Amino acid sequence: MSKVATRDAYGQALVELGGQYSDIIVLDADLSKSTKTAKFKETYPERFFSAGIAEANMMGVAAGLAAAGKVPFASTFAIFAAGRAFEQIRNSICYPDLNVKIAATHAGVTVGADGGSHQSIEDIALMRAVPNMTVLVPADGVSTAHLIKLAYQFAGPVYIRLGRTKVDTVYQKDDFFAIGEAKMVRDGKDATIIACGLMVQEALQAARELSLSGITTRVLDMATVKPLDIGAVLRAAKETKAIVTAEEHSIIGGLGSAVTSLLAEHHPVPVQMVGVRDRFGQSGDPAELLREYGLTADDIIAAVKKVISRK
Amino acid sequence: MSCRYTELADQALAMRRHIITMIGEAGSGHPGGSLSSADIVTALYFELMNIRPKNPNWPERDRFVLSKGHAAPVLYAALAMRGFFPLTKLKTLRKLGSPLQGHPDMQKLTGVEMSTGSLGQGFSAAVGMALAGQVDQQSYYTYAIIGDGELQEGQVWEAAMFAAHHKLRNLIVFLDFNGLQIDGQVECVMNVQPLPDKWQAFGWAVQQIDGHDLRAICGAVSQAKQEEQPSMIVAHTVKGKGVSFMENQAGWHGSAPSSEQVVHALKELEGR
Repeated sequence: MSKVATRDAYGQALVELGGQYSDIIVLDADLSKSTKTAKFKETYPERFFSAGIAEANMMGVAAGLAAAGKVPFASTFAIFAAGRAFEQIRNSICYPDLNVKIAATHAGVTVGADGGSHQSIEDIALMRAVPNMTVLVPADGVSTAHLIKLAYQFAGPVYIRLGRTKVDTVYQKDDFFAIGEAKMVRDGKDATIIACGLMVQEALQAARELSLSGITTRVLDMATVKPLDIGAVLRAAKETKAIVTAEEHSIIGGLGSAVTSLLAEHHPVPVQMVGVRDRFGQSGDPAELLREYGLTADDIIAAVKKVISRK
Repeated sequence: MSCRYTELADQALAMRRHIITMIGEAGSGHPGGSLSSADIVTALYFELMNIRPKNPNWPERDRFVLSKGHAAPVLYAALAMRGFFPLTKLKTLRKLGSPLQGHPDMQKLTGVEMSTGSLGQGFSAAVGMALAGQVDQQSYYTYAIIGDGELQEGQVWEAAMFAAHHKLRNLIVFLDFNGLQIDGQVECVMNVQPLPDKWQAFGWAVQQIDGHDLRAICGAVSQAKQEEQPSMIVAHTVKGKGVSFMENQAGWHGSAPSSEQVVHALKELEGR
């Protein structure tokens, strides 16, 4: 199985889209080699603009470009996009509902050795909270390519959360994707694991291992965290009667919060949340960090067993 | 003064009357900074900008961003006077359901080019609009007004670097230099001087004018269009200009006149 970082898939998708659509403008804040927008810069230098290390202004410039009819993709690390430039995203992009795409890389603890200052574990929560914002968290390279194109075609602000580290390829190239639709990547009857980003690969591994002991699980890739696929979550709750959420993000305000809020109002069933438990990240290699923060297939397996026992 | 400038001066007076009337009616709002920028806005909307109120989204139009969005009444007055919407709507300022929000909202009001109010942000958006024009080799200009207190926002200087670095000669910005902000004199709250020097150092073409001299405002824009860099026109203004009891009073930054004060102010702003 090939492994590709979603940031690499983003860089490649941008170049392909740039050839098709002349209204795409790319902005980056001195991280183009890391966010992979450098490929676009090499291919279409007249449509790439360096904003320097100045994320707040970059978001405002993106808003102005969108107001003038362009489709800007603004990239930097997730911590500096959703974190540092939060209020610019809120007031200059989402409040006026401008057509800006924010492709934020290096999300979550798998940033690795750079440590906690650079590991965004709050960005889904921040971006979900803002009206008009759509939040995408692709699981692999194939879905990233599809979702970047869908984000371009979608009218309005979109936040796309991407990772630094290589992840399993989950999808076939011609699989169908749509913003707002969960993908059932495995079916089962004892519980449902709802995951996003690289936790989809962990969820699939957990499901495979659980099946060896006779427990079958449904796995939903919730690549669109907002708007949440309400139908898919409620069907899972009704049909499997137990839910595990899995995200490389704080359990405060992320995918787990979105799912539990929905279920609490409409169809309460036992839920276990796999995510970062109100701690900052730290230096380490990505695999070590996933273990340290309880974000592995083993942690999902434990959560599934626990949630089934609560049925 | 030529007929042209006499006519503009009359428009500026009318604009000030609308500002006072609508803020009085609303019972809240920002008269001081609306009045200080009224002459610049008059020159832009009645003389300088290439716009089509009947075709407000005409792609080649000049853009205007009121980065100091709290001066919304001056923008609303200009848009209504130019026919973007009926003058009668001005009395809905700040009321529930009104397109005339407390700070400009491009989603709610046609003619507003950018939603502003959070200081520093409109300036960056203006830079983005100018960049789009440069990419497309369009001939339109992007104008903006920023406040002097607004210069305390770090984002302004990020945008200043960006505009100069990318040589946005189609960007013309006025600094409404009235010297006052909510907590008092700008130089006491957080000094922003030396002002022309800072903008020069950031790579902008800088001019200094009397921001209430309509001829100087128009002349400065003509000069700015000759420059190869973005232009900053430092406009020395009087906060509350035109209403004697509001002039140079920080307290009139964000408070509405009573009905008696409205009558008094309108008397001072009567046409010749």
